[in-house]
Amino acid sequence: MHFTLKIWRQENADVAGGIQTYEVDDISGDTSFLEMLDILNDQLESDGGLPVAFDHDCREGICGTCSLMINGTPHGPETTTTCQLHMRSFQDGDTIFIEPWRAAAFPVVRDLVVDRSAFDRIIRAGGFVSIDTGSAQDANNTPIPKDDADYAFDAATCIGCGACVAACKNASAMLFVSAKVSHLAHVPQGDAERRGRVLSMVDTMDAEGFGSCTNYTDCEAACPKAISTDHIAVLNREFIRAKIGRTT
Amino acid sequence: MELADVPAQPVKKRNRMKLDAKIPEGPIQEKWSRYRNKLKLVNPSNKRKFRVIVVGSGLAGASAAATMSELGYAVDCFCFQDSPRRAHSIAAQGGINAAKNYPGDGDSIYRLFYDTVKGGDFRSREANVHRLAEVSGLIIDQCVAQGVPFAREYGGLLDNRSFGGAQVSRTFYARGQTGQQLLIGAYSALSRQVASGNVRMFTRMEMLDVVVVDGRASGIVTRNLVTGEVESHAADAVVLATGGYANVFFLSTNAMGCNVTAAYRAYKKGAGFANPCFTQIHPTCIPVAGDHQSKLTLMSESLRNDGRVWVPQQVGDTRPPNEIPDAERDYFLERKYPSFGNLTPRDVASRSAKEVCDEGRGVGKTGLGVYLDFRDATARMGRDTVAAKYGNLFDMYQRITDENPYQVPMRIFPAPHYTMGGLWVDYNLMSTVEGLFVIGEANFSDHGANRLGASALMQGLADGYFILPATIGNYFAQLGISHQTVSPDHAEFKQAEQGCTTRLNRLLNASGNRTVDSFHKELGRIMWENCGMSRNAEGLEKALQQIPELREEFWKNVKVMGAGEELNLSLEKAGRVADFLEFGELMCRDALTRNESCGGHFREEYQTPEGEAVRDDEQYCHSAVWEYTGDDAVPIRNEEQLEFEYVELALRSYK
Repeated sequence: MHFTLKIWRQENADVAGGIQTYEVDDISGDTSFLEMLDILNDQLESDGGLPVAFDHDCREGICGTCSLMINGTPHGPETTTTCQLHMRSFQDGDTIFIEPWRAAAFPVVRDLVVDRSAFDRIIRAGGFVSIDTGSAQDANNTPIPKDDADYAFDAATCIGCGACVAACKNASAMLFVSAKVSHLAHVPQGDAERRGRVLSMVDTMDAEGFGSCTNYTDCEAACPKAISTDHIAVLNREFIRAKIGRTT
Repeated sequence: MELADVPAQPVKKRNRMKLDAKIPEGPIQEKWSRYRNKLKLVNPSNKRKFRVIVVGSGLAGASAAATMSELGYAVDCFCFQDSPRRAHSIAAQGGINAAKNYPGDGDSIYRLFYDTVKGGDFRSREANVHRLAEVSGLIIDQCVAQGVPFAREYGGLLDNRSFGGAQVSRTFYARGQTGQQLLIGAYSALSRQVASGNVRMFTRMEMLDVVVVDGRASGIVTRNLVTGEVESHAADAVVLATGGYANVFFLSTNAMGCNVTAAYRAYKKGAGFANPCFTQIHPTCIPVAGDHQSKLTLMSESLRNDGRVWVPQQVGDTRPPNEIPDAERDYFLERKYPSFGNLTPRDVASRSAKEVCDEGRGVGKTGLGVYLDFRDATARMGRDTVAAKYGNLFDMYQRITDENPYQVPMRIFPAPHYTMGGLWVDYNLMSTVEGLFVIGEANFSDHGANRLGASALMQGLADGYFILPATIGNYFAQLGISHQTVSPDHAEFKQAEQGCTTRLNRLLNASGNRTVDSFHKELGRIMWENCGMSRNAEGLEKALQQIPELREEFWKNVKVMGAGEELNLSLEKAGRVADFLEFGELMCRDALTRNESCGGHFREEYQTPEGEAVRDDEQYCHSAVWEYTGDDAVPIRNEEQLEFEYVELALRSYK
């Protein structure tokens, strides 16, 4: 297959970027999207050009490193990560626009690489259970109803890729924050720090420059792990519960 | 037992390195607890005076950094990814072993110890493995306390499943994403410590060298992957948690960034490298589809719990799998190994798959594949149960291959996956360089010549949460509180920085016309053909000629675009491939000098007429520890003799 690629190139955070056009040929449908970019980079390097910088690592859809707005959609047309997207999802001759995540809180580092360290700072604000190594009781001392455990798991599958932020017209990080808050709100281990956690994480989210949620749920549609916006409802509930004080 | 007629090369015993494993006295069940009671301690208010560098933020690195910080040490943690949460431990799917015996099926610490020693084909250190089995249960307790959502039964208690190489169900799991959930647990513990100010986290930083001053590891040199700056970082101890080197094969299940650089640089600074030829080829990966392929995708070995592995009985049977009747299928693992069946250990399953493909009975377009069939499991348990257990793996398979595994059997083929070899460490997890500790996959300690499924997560977290934080205190206590941290302005640091910068410039100025990837692919082909699933002396000797030639061409003819003072992915890759080009040679040398077959190391010359591996316990019941002697010199092979007091050295049989 042949594709025309319109790719965002930007040398670093301090200079303006722009779209450049490239052509790739002889791409098989079994080639993954990132392998197609490998082929382009090989071509560029062979011609003495600079390869397109993009983030990627595991290429199995689990590490959350890869990103890319593909034709305006985070991770492209399928519900998966860019590394698990294959060129068979496109038509021969297609023109494909490839841009970095677009959010003020995710500044561009180079080309398609953005800085998502704001997510780490949100987790540091409370996305953990304070338990020192070695002080845990036997794992089976606290049964957890399977439904709760499964619900917590659904939230915990978040890979921290940032597609939810990129999809949102407000660049809100509510789905990311809610995934962690909801995960820890549905297991008893998270209970002791429940109130402080949600307040602190939401404060940090605001301070990092993420926007507010206006319930368009584009984040859920873009999430490669199909995390439900129900968790945002949980986040809101946890937030209100924390704000009005202890209700137990 | 008959051996192929091959002259064994005499093994020269010329130990130059001091390899004192420091295994404590006493019965094996008591070694660790007794030893812990004797370890010197550092007073709580003095702990903050000691700074430790942790390189890597996977299960081992993140858990070690978090725990040492909780204890009060000052920790600097480095990773090359943009966040510590992205380390490759995240991709582990199947599970984590622990001798909890919750199912009451007869498991015990001894059995986990025994299975691991046997699974490793008697090339691991008994005392280390026993300790691993002892702490395995604590890991589960710790992770559950962090809120890790392990799979549970309807009664709310934890669920277990079985895994290759074991006859009990001792594997805890979190759907097919156990590594992710455990890593996020360790990452959250680490995040808590970063928030406390006790851990300084450095992301997008790659370690280029370890700095040794007066015989002690005193810091590292890094390259900031965003700005290109080469910097020194000093500390009182350095911990490498930098993972394995399966990417030497180019195509492997490792993440694209996984590399040997940190471990190899340490080797060049005096750390012995043990058993580099012990690599694991994982049986259940998705077969290669074409030349464009950048990596191989693993599917959890847990699939072998319910899936049945087969190929057609007849060579050249190209009928679609569902049209081949049972009588004309060869369920070769069940046939050859009736008591373990589809759950034979990885090395045995991989080799069996290669054998049937070599006979021409492989399936798929390339003939390099075997079927993994869920037809019978679906009939037995129903589609919903199969989907609940394996749904995400089936989805992944379908996304990659465009085939529906609920309807058509999956095709699988072995792929490089894990490396048992690594930097040599003693019982304290310290390498042959004082103050340089190595944990997780980066060390060589616990898996011998073959790792059992669900044991990598166990070892990474055992090292990081429970073992290193205890033993490193002893090292600091010996240093004493009057110990002064070496200044990063010390001449050794400046020299190391200079060396790194010179090398980077050499890569940038090579101005040849071949891309880095083309060299990596060629190296990968040489390694896969000659030092892959099976090896022989002729092939290894050929590889030992080809690799130096390729390396020479690399330095003359590589093309690295861009500049040093910026984010430069070609330069990053080039540095890693340059190290693989040296390391590959060491691997082949190790494989050539181990004249036996054991675990993942299958030398064709040493097999029974039925094709089973033949160990040589007379001559090779040891770990080979390689010592660097200069770029143009042949490294020295040292030996650490292995003693088996509690598990009888026996032929490993899974029949």
